[in-house]
Amino acid sequence: MRKRIVAIARKEFLHIIHDVRSLVIIFAMPVLMLILFGYALNLEIQNINLSVFDFSRTPASRKLVNQFAASKYFSIRYEKGTPSTIDSLFLSKEARAALIIDKNFARDFRNAPTTTVQLLVDAADPNAASFIKNYCNGVIGRFNDTHSTTFPLPFEIKQRIWYNPDMKSAYFFVPGLIALILIMISALLTSITITREKEMGTMEQILVSPVQPNEIIIGKVLPYILLAFLDGMLILLLGIFIFDVPFEGSSLLLILLSIIFLMTALSFGLMISTIVSTQQVAMMLSLSATLLPTVMLSGFIFPINSMPVILQYLSYLVPAKYYITIIRGVMLKGNTLWQLIFPAMFLLILTAVMLRNALHRFNLNLEK
Amino acid sequence: MKTDQIAVQTEDLTRRFGKFTAVKSATVTVMEGEIFGFLGANGAGKTTMIRMLCGLLKPSSGRATVSGFDVYRQSEQIKQNIGYMSQKFSLYDDLTISENIEFYGGIYNLPVETILRRKENLLQELGLQSEAEKLTRELPLGYKQRLALGCALLHDPPILFLDEPTSGVDPKARRSFWNLIYLTSQKGKTIFVTTHFMDEAEYCHRLSIMRDGEIIALGPPAKLKETHKKSSMQEVFISIVNGELPA
Repeated sequence: MRKRIVAIARKEFLHIIHDVRSLVIIFAMPVLMLILFGYALNLEIQNINLSVFDFSRTPASRKLVNQFAASKYFSIRYEKGTPSTIDSLFLSKEARAALIIDKNFARDFRNAPTTTVQLLVDAADPNAASFIKNYCNGVIGRFNDTHSTTFPLPFEIKQRIWYNPDMKSAYFFVPGLIALILIMISALLTSITITREKEMGTMEQILVSPVQPNEIIIGKVLPYILLAFLDGMLILLLGIFIFDVPFEGSSLLLILLSIIFLMTALSFGLMISTIVSTQQVAMMLSLSATLLPTVMLSGFIFPINSMPVILQYLSYLVPAKYYITIIRGVMLKGNTLWQLIFPAMFLLILTAVMLRNALHRFNLNLEK
Repeated sequence: MKTDQIAVQTEDLTRRFGKFTAVKSATVTVMEGEIFGFLGANGAGKTTMIRMLCGLLKPSSGRATVSGFDVYRQSEQIKQNIGYMSQKFSLYDDLTISENIEFYGGIYNLPVETILRRKENLLQELGLQSEAEKLTRELPLGYKQRLALGCALLHDPPILFLDEPTSGVDPKARRSFWNLIYLTSQKGKTIFVTTHFMDEAEYCHRLSIMRDGEIIALGPPAKLKETHKKSSMQEVFISIVNGELPA
């Protein structure tokens, strides 16, 4: 039995290395995705154009503006006109926020218990607007801290942000991207390799030989486990070295759990190959059935907790959801196996169900 | 080279797909060393018949043995004892000739030394020694087909099933393919072949003609021509398929 599996795995391996073009795509596509996501998927906003209407024109007001200028988020432009021009500034996108400092600012800042400045934000993109608002609050808070002449605040909150102190987006998406690439590549490759044999008629030639269905499947899937694993490692290393993503936990644990996830992805690919009969349909189905749910429903980008309840339930069926919990936990927090036992169990259950279904359908197709 | 041993025997073998009956109670006996032809129009049930005998398809009813093994219960033993080649040449175009041969040796569990020895013999027979490391897609169709036959025979099975092995090949290549089949038969192998080329039918030791899933004529080509008073198999076939009774 071992020899026949080896014969099939060897043949599959030869298919892979003879097809240099696909091999390049298999390794180049994830790298390209990593770089695209890495530089484009940045949730921080920088260089916000801030228009300043300073009617106070005092050292105090300039200090406030300088405080804004000193943060990397804003680029300041002094406006000479009246605040009535703000509308056109927003419309022409010359400014995304405007700060209006009243002419009594310096006096009130010294004497009155409170003083106000007005902040206007372009909320055509509400997410960006709330970021801008938060940045402004931060700047103003720091200004109050250092320059307030009145007594200090009765208490203050000292924030410490754990696991990702600089709030870098790369920490968040590199692990997610590894999940996406692993499931996409493995499901795609397995579903194609089996439908290709069906389409070419070579499957029949194998089935008249004494090879057992499970030997065919194991033999065919083995080289792809290796390939997808190498792909995952490549992304992991690039993430660590290009985007400085930390690796706190045990690499052995991550490898073990990654292999479980690979099995889930491969079983999914197998299941697809038992349903469809052409390579083209297999490709479309495996891409759309892995890419969309993984991007939308796994917590890769959007937090699952803020989804409608029905989508939250649906997300339990998305294997990447568990793996993202696992890989973020191991890489960023240094989680142990016991802390990740639930997602790991769920992955095993999903794998078992899909594999059983795939094998059952595979045998059924033979008897037809 | 016929002997008096039975290679394949079927009795009332039937296969239905839903309401459609692809093969209706087929009863044939094929002796060891015989070249047995299955003739019929497209969809007459030839391929279904072969697929049942190869263990690719379970019969709906009836009995059949291949090399003495029962098709229902002993399909594993049958698989070790048969070679199969279908109309689509079952070679991998993107693998080299040598890799294709080694793969077929591998899935039949042959020892590595046996595979390498038989590969050398096969390459020599086909005159392809210097092409062994070329991709199979570069081979002309006639060569591919003979290579596919060689792969199907690599594990030295006593019975060989050929499902329209020559479709899409030019007459010259067909001729040389049939020479190969004769050679194989002389080595004592039983050959079960489906075709719709009438000139090929003449080469068979015995023929059965199928129409709508039923075997409607059976016998050596000369005998069939005599009974139907026709000079070629072509005419015999047309008269039988059109439902004319022997004159």
